[in-house]
Amino acid sequence: MDKIDKSLLEKVSSLHEIKLGAFNIRKNGEVLERKTSGEIDIVPKKDKPGIDIIIKPNVQNKAVHIPVIITAGGLNDLVYNDFYVGENSFVTIVAGCGIHNTSNIDSVHNGIHSFHLGKNSHIKYIERHVGEGKGKGGKILNPTTKIYQKENSIMEIETLQLGGVTSSVRKTYARLGENAQLNVQENILTEDKETATTLFKVTLEGKNSKVEVVSHSVAKGKSYQEFKSDLIGKAECFGHVECDGILLDNARIVSVPMIDAINSDASLVHEAAIGKIAGDELIKLMTLGLSEEEAEDVIIKGFLMG
Amino acid sequence: MLKLENVSYLVSEKDNDKDILKNINLDFLKGKIYVITGPNGSGKSTLVKLIMGILSPTEGKIVFNDKDITNLKINERAGLGIAYAFQQPVTFKGLKVKDLLNIASNKENDFNTLCDYLSKVGLCAKGYINRPLDDKLSGGELKRIELAMVLARNALVNIFDEPEAGIDLWSFENLTKVFKELKSTTIIVSHQTKILEIADTVILLKEGKVEKIGSNSEVKPLLHLEMCGKLRGENG
Ligand SMILES: Nc1ncnc2c1ncn2[C@@H]1O[C@H](COP(=O)(O)OP(=O)(O)OP(=O)(O)O)[C@@H](O)[C@H]1O
Ligand SMILES: [Mg+2]
Repeated sequence: MDKIDKSLLEKVSSLHEIKLGAFNIRKNGEVLERKTSGEIDIVPKKDKPGIDIIIKPNVQNKAVHIPVIITAGGLNDLVYNDFYVGENSFVTIVAGCGIHNTSNIDSVHNGIHSFHLGKNSHIKYIERHVGEGKGKGGKILNPTTKIYQKENSIMEIETLQLGGVTSSVRKTYARLGENAQLNVQENILTEDKETATTLFKVTLEGKNSKVEVVSHSVAKGKSYQEFKSDLIGKAECFGHVECDGILLDNARIVSVPMIDAINSDASLVHEAAIGKIAGDELIKLMTLGLSEEEAEDVIIKGFLMG
Repeated sequence: MLKLENVSYLVSEKDNDKDILKNINLDFLKGKIYVITGPNGSGKSTLVKLIMGILSPTEGKIVFNDKDITNLKINERAGLGIAYAFQQPVTFKGLKVKDLLNIASNKENDFNTLCDYLSKVGLCAKGYINRPLDDKLSGGELKRIELAMVLARNALVNIFDEPEAGIDLWSFENLTKVFKELKSTTIIVSHQTKILEIADTVILLKEGKVEKIGSNSEVKPLLHLEMCGKLRGENG
């Protein structure tokens, strides 16, 4: 592993205090390192690139890291990672992809993840996306996440992408059983001519299932972001989507809500607010001594990392 | 140390211009407590916003320690030592109480120092320093944190716009104590008798003009007149 590898790895998978149960590091389409444990097994797929991550029942407070790094230009990486989470287990999964592309040819990573959550299981999924390198070649990331939640399971997703990614199309599909809960916090910054698209399609199938999506996006320069969410309530359930966007320069953010309460007891809400940085927040910070630019930075940092 | 010379603030509306403040001349002396009072809409908040630089006067000059600050930005005035607590505290998405106190004091504070800032306004630091400064905090809590931020600046001129609003009676006594202990030039916008009582000078604004300047006992009778006048008016 060289310096660039290490720094990329740190950015996408900064070490956690939680005890590491297993990990799999993928570099330029190949497995670089892998470790499994009795509780968490990682099995390479036979028919396509990728791995099955099998978490036994009753595993408590362990972490799995599956970072991907790409340092080669012109690479088109496709990987399938399937997680099977045993009943009553609570595991933190740190995934994410860092592309360091100094070439003039695009590098692409398509990560297709599926999560099968057993009854009463709880997954915290942390996903970081980083693009860097001065070449003209794009740093392109297209993660797709499919989630299947059994009764009483909890899935928490934290997505962070802070600039440098030329284009991303992020798709998340979820089906929630009885009492299942899905919480998503997505924080995205785009700059220059970057584009980022997010699509959520959540089907609330079980009684008392609940989804909460909070998306904070900041678009700078001439960048473009699109946020689409599609909630389908098939039972007495609760869904709340909040899309909050800050626009700077000539950027654009488009929020598209779709809500379908098939069951009339479904309570579904989509809130969207997109606009400039709030003037009173800037003024307040300026009264505390910050210049306008410093105040902007503080507000954006807090908004994305807070 | 702080002077307003012939300051006016006028807004242009469709058909006519509206004088919000007209020909204000005031001289705030070092270390004194000033209380600005007057009916709703008389221009009190506008006046203190002009001092902080949140609004710019359409006429006149603001001088601070012999320096003309009329065209300085808000943060430049803050840098010279003017601090301001908003009538309606501002909330943020993602900034914590701790972050704002650190920005206000321009240093990274340890727990004990943060505790000092917050206990002055009657809050226990433990419960608050890591809370986001958002609208999940109650009105009174926001108001106290707003005050704590100003105290953390250790400024030469402290401006408070209706600091007592939403603060319960018990804390109110402590609040007046905090104001009295400040070594700064203190400008408080208030309607409260308890606050008027600690003023060295009371400034009564009415319809954008200074109606009266004097000690509390000099201005007080006018405040009563004001009220009686209103009552008479209402009774026809
Ligand atoms: N931009 C503006 N355009 C038009 N009118 C304004 C503007 N800003 C303030 N005003 C008016 O100026 C007057 C003074 O407002 P200001 O907020 O200074 O009053 P105040 O004395 O602080 O009142 P209160 O006691 O209610 O806080 C009010 O009538 C208000 O409606
Ligand atoms: Mg006011």
